[in-house]
Amino acid sequence: MNEKEITCIVCPIGCKILVKTDGKEFELVDGNKCKSGIDYARSEALDPRRMLASSVLVKNGLWPLVSVKTNKPVPKDKIFKVMKEIKKAEIDAPVKLGQIIIKNVLNTGIDIIATKNIEKL
Amino acid sequence: MTNENVDVAVIGSGPAGLAAAVSAKENGANYVVIIDRNSWKGGILPQCIHDGFGLEETGNSMTGPEYIQMYIDDAKKHNIDFLTETMVINIDKNKTITAVNKNGIYKINAESIILSMGCREKTRWNIMVPGDRPSGIYTAGVAQAFINLYNIIPGKNIVILGSGDVGLIMARRLKLEGLNVLGVLEILPHASGLPRNVVQCLDDYEIPLYLNHTVTHIDGRERLESVTIAQIDNKKNIVKGSEKKIKCDTLLLSFGLIPENELSKDAGIKIDNITGGPVVDQTYETNIPGIYACGNCLQVYDTVDVLSKSAKLVGKNAVVKLIKNKKSIFVKPGKNIRYVIPQIINKKGLINFTMRVNKPAQNVTLKIKADEKEIYKKKQRWVNPANMIELTLEITHEILKKGKTLVVNLHE
Repeated sequence: MNEKEITCIVCPIGCKILVKTDGKEFELVDGNKCKSGIDYARSEALDPRRMLASSVLVKNGLWPLVSVKTNKPVPKDKIFKVMKEIKKAEIDAPVKLGQIIIKNVLNTGIDIIATKNIEKL
Repeated sequence: MTNENVDVAVIGSGPAGLAAAVSAKENGANYVVIIDRNSWKGGILPQCIHDGFGLEETGNSMTGPEYIQMYIDDAKKHNIDFLTETMVINIDKNKTITAVNKNGIYKINAESIILSMGCREKTRWNIMVPGDRPSGIYTAGVAQAFINLYNIIPGKNIVILGSGDVGLIMARRLKLEGLNVLGVLEILPHASGLPRNVVQCLDDYEIPLYLNHTVTHIDGRERLESVTIAQIDNKKNIVKGSEKKIKCDTLLLSFGLIPENELSKDAGIKIDNITGGPVVDQTYETNIPGIYACGNCLQVYDTVDVLSKSAKLVGKNAVVKLIKNKKSIFVKPGKNIRYVIPQIINKKGLINFTMRVNKPAQNVTLKIKADEKEIYKKKQRWVNPANMIELTLEITHEILKKGKTLVVNLHE
């Protein structure tokens, strides 16, 4: 297993937690000041995910873009693949906050949803 | 000219203005108007499309546009009036606002005025970065508006100077758009932004963070061509031989924010030199009776959650006016404390204090003294200038009657 340093973001102290992992197994080495740090380091080592926010082109809208986000966190290694899909998308105004822009993007079970209302021009 | 009489006039429709206006209505104001120079409502939040807003306040992590829509909907429900694309040009001591829009000039006579103009980004001229003056140099927030509102890419090869949160968030945003982010430079030995943003905006995308570094020269005739960067020692001198020229077409500046108080100053409102915002008492009232301040024009907050919470108090105070004592005591920042709000106390009761420390430290004790008597003591495991400290403390009639000053100290 490889040693890896993870900066904890649970609180502002920002402990540098040293772990051993191969992506399947996880072993804490050192560096955490509290228990929450272990849970964070484990999920970061085994299945890191992030919320993704971007924007999608709007046709005939008061604004040229609508802001969007993923409705669930995306596996870190899929972020740029999902971004590619977001960039390809285009939507007609009006757009409603919460509206699904891309359903089940790349078969991940994750939807891309609008985070803003955009009125028709 | 249009003449209007209102109970509460709010200047700025950002989160502070909206939260204060809604709270004023909930506490009995009949006629509340919000004036904003933009065509939209919500101030800066429509361009803050990233996630993380409202977690403390609602338990849900939202994007900026989602968070502010919640308040816009609330304002509509409470029949709050909006004057958008309207510029306030003057406020006077009698609480008359002069504003102008396409329809002409407005004179608005208000029982109470709430200042919520927000803040501005520091620019190249606040830091005095030497060199040419080509195009391609933007503050991080302007680049954020370009990308997130107007669908404009600011450039292709980008250097970010300053590691404030907006700069870190923009580093990630630019990278996601497929642009080349060459690095973030920070003159201090530590990042200015939250550790969370360093991890999720820089480390995740392998964007280098150069601590103890700055830009020493800007080159370019029409468009930015390169910046010279250098390492800085602990006396803030350039380390000899460390200078390097980096080719780039865009430089983003993320130096931090300054409360916006042009209107307040013209009205004769006293400004605290450290916060850059008005001096206020425990009800957030300024030295002009009936004029209150909240949000980032009072002090630059860490999170919108805490900002909205205090703006709601301001909205209430602007309607439910308390009889205050003639005698005031002054609150002063002491050892290792940068500032404390409120600066003045003139009524007994539970008082909310917000403050910032001067530098990061661990295992310290926060103490408050009323003249020579200690009235508060609390151990803090860690403190950081980036993290505002909030506390509530009972100020008794005795303290108010006998005391002159309240001093906040941080002991190591």
